[in-house]
Amino acid sequence: MQDQGPILQTRGLSVYYDTKKAVTDVDLDVARNRITAIIGPSGCGKSTLLRCFNRMNDLIPSARVEGQVLFDGLDLYGHDVDPTEIRYEIGMVFQRPNPFPKSIFDNVAFGPRINGFKGSIDEVVEKSLVRAALWGEVKDRLKASALSLSGGQQQRLCIARALAVEPRVILMDEPCSALDPIATLAIEELMRELSEDYSIIIVTHNMQQAARVSHYTAFLMVEEARVGFLVEFGESRQIFTNPEDERTEAYITGRFG
Amino acid sequence: MVRADFDRNLEDLVSELFGLGEMVEKAIVKSMDALQRRDLAIAYEVVAEDDLIDEKRFELEEKCIDLIATQQPLAIDLRTLLAVLHIAVELERMGDYAEGIGKICMIIGEDEPTETPQQLDQMARMGVAMLQRSLKSLMDRDIDLANDVWDSDDEVDSLYDSVCHDIFVEMGEHPKTIEAATHFLWVAHDLERIADRATNISERVIFLVTGRIGRYKPPESTG
Repeated sequence: MQDQGPILQTRGLSVYYDTKKAVTDVDLDVARNRITAIIGPSGCGKSTLLRCFNRMNDLIPSARVEGQVLFDGLDLYGHDVDPTEIRYEIGMVFQRPNPFPKSIFDNVAFGPRINGFKGSIDEVVEKSLVRAALWGEVKDRLKASALSLSGGQQQRLCIARALAVEPRVILMDEPCSALDPIATLAIEELMRELSEDYSIIIVTHNMQQAARVSHYTAFLMVEEARVGFLVEFGESRQIFTNPEDERTEAYITGRFG
Repeated sequence: MVRADFDRNLEDLVSELFGLGEMVEKAIVKSMDALQRRDLAIAYEVVAEDDLIDEKRFELEEKCIDLIATQQPLAIDLRTLLAVLHIAVELERMGDYAEGIGKICMIIGEDEPTETPQQLDQMARMGVAMLQRSLKSLMDRDIDLANDVWDSDDEVDSLYDSVCHDIFVEMGEHPKTIEAATHFLWVAHDLERIADRATNISERVIFLVTGRIGRYKPPESTG
């Protein structure tokens, strides 16, 4: 395992749905143990790009990927790569909290159990809930239905569920868009804490959120002739105070998109 | 157009900042006029009108804070608002120096026979020119002009050293003039600070345009 350098890299990455291109020739390095935000207007391919990182696009029959996605140097689209195993290493949190209709405990224990985990499930559940900043709120009602939790708690439970299988990367697809502002700030705070040990990629429509939470930002755009191409990538503080490309500036100052 | 209302608010804000700049420029010119003529009426006016400059500065600050809080500006918008905030403070402080000169005029009174050192007038004219050029660099987003303002500050500093030297010599040679000469030292100090503040404005213009704080250094030519 490499300890330095980017954890994920795309090289000449393009994605098609049937013959329609959704992502065009993206070269991107995702920093290890940092938060990388992907921003851009609707239809620019943000979520499609995100789903390339754990081969979620495989689940869409019409999707086709060209180019490379390297995970610590390993080509994720290589012939001998099992996408299910990749999804343990590179977990995903979705726009709407999607806990299973099971107990809080069983939600977190689900991944390790089907993964054949041999150690103490209780310990894994507690550790994951602590890491997801939810333990204090649920430790006395682990048998309660996950659906009895608030939206913000459900999203943190989904993060705990992802953490339980010890991923190295967490992908987040607009993880706060269904949450109120306080729950949103709690998730953002959690992301910053988790970034000490995990590499996080977040797709967000909320520019202020990208500015608040991420270390690096990638701006994708769509034009008539080209879709889903990378305009600018850099440190978030630079992107949001002094972007180099005038298209980035126009987008983040709300003058198009 | 997206954000047309916000754009209008930003434009109005910058235009009000230029208005504050004009008020400050007039205050400096009037304060020196009062000093040269030993005209107490003009000196009183300068002192009284400083309240208007202060009010305008606070008004601009409040508008900046409102826009930052309600519009969450980023990139050029954020830099513009931060520049306006800084420049409004710089201008208000320049107004205070003009007020200070007005107050010195009132202390000196109408009958002071000692001649005003000629470098003071020159420093004032240079300070006003630096103020005008710094605001022009803001209007035109002209970082070369902003750099020029920076250069001019060295000349004002030299004049300041020269006038202080002359005043100290005068004090040594004619001890009876010490009190009046001390007043002129204060004026010289106020004028030197006015030039410093104009330099600070040009620094903010460079920040607004380039996103970098400090003097602009153009990339070295490769041709």
